[in-house]
Amino acid sequence: MALAFLIAGAQSVFAAGSEADFKAAYAAAEAANREAGALRNQWTVTTSALAEAKRAAEMGNFDQAVAASKEAEALAKASISQATHEKEAWKALEIR
Amino acid sequence: MTRFLHAILVLAALAFGIAPSAKAASSPDPAADARAFQKYYTEKFPKLKLEDFVNGPYAIDEDMRRQWQEIEQFPPYEFSLDRGKEMFAQPFANGKSYADCFANGGVGIRQNYPYFDENAGKVITLELALNQCREANGEPPLSYEKEEMAALTAYMAFTSRGKPFDIKIPDDPRALEAYENGKRYFYTRRGQLNFSCASCHVQNPGERLRAEMLAPALGILNAMPIYRSEWGGMGTISRRFTTCNSQVRGAPLAPQAEEYRDLEYFLSYVSNGLPISGPGARP
Repeated sequence: MALAFLIAGAQSVFAAGSEADFKAAYAAAEAANREAGALRNQWTVTTSALAEAKRAAEMGNFDQAVAASKEAEALAKASISQATHEKEAWKALEIR
Repeated sequence: MTRFLHAILVLAALAFGIAPSAKAASSPDPAADARAFQKYYTEKFPKLKLEDFVNGPYAIDEDMRRQWQEIEQFPPYEFSLDRGKEMFAQPFANGKSYADCFANGGVGIRQNYPYFDENAGKVITLELALNQCREANGEPPLSYEKEEMAALTAYMAFTSRGKPFDIKIPDDPRALEAYENGKRYFYTRRGQLNFSCASCHVQNPGERLRAEMLAPALGILNAMPIYRSEWGGMGTISRRFTTCNSQVRGAPLAPQAEEYRDLEYFLSYVSNGLPISGPGARP
């Protein structure tokens, strides 16, 4: 029984995000958001998710920090995709 | 319930981009754009006269129009207007004043802004020109989104009331490019909600988003700056643009960023001929 708890505990430690995981996830999210910035198309929700990630990391909650970083990266990538698509798609809305 | 369903339909229309008719792109022709723009709105709202569009939602909705006429008895922008008049007359520390920076002493010129400055190679808005004037005279620039800038532009707009927008695009490829940039910005979807300016102000003017009635893009800048009840104060064009971006969850650019100045150039040009009505009041 005790061994089972130990194994379960070890698994949860391995499953949890570490500080290194957070740093990697956060850097990826920041890089994507910088790219969106170069396209002049950042989203406010990306900034919020990045801030949430940082807050969670400061409190030592690296699971939450990694999750928020990944969300920020996904949002930033969506904003890049939007900007790329809109380079031509805007013309469909034009009054002519 | 009906109102709820209506809101859902409006949101669906926004999300799926029910667009006005579009044909293949051709070479830039601002004059043709302006004709098409004005035709689109006058056909969409056949009961309105062209000059009525400067009154935004008040031109469209009879109940709101009556409320507005009552509000105009004691307009909420009046304090700002008085303050702007005082600020405008107040000399700078060097003894000069705003009047020294503008044609005709700054009176009755709102309808000529923005313009394309061929020396600077960029669009100059009235807000930018006011801060350029201040800085040229050793004064710190004002915030583009706060009350003081709104007060100054309110006064200058007031001295131009009734004068038709007269925005020119000089024979300079950079001016045409600025106009086209502004047009592109206007129609480009942005933010997590995937809205363009046109999603609300071309596709859905007269419809409601929650309690707000969306204004037509035609004539939308003629009433600026505005007192907005929602803001509980005055707002400049800069404030209007940055707020629009935030509302669709797009990170706003810096006030008076090139994109916003070009957007103002485009929107003002296509409203050429419509009278200045600012300062205005909006819900």
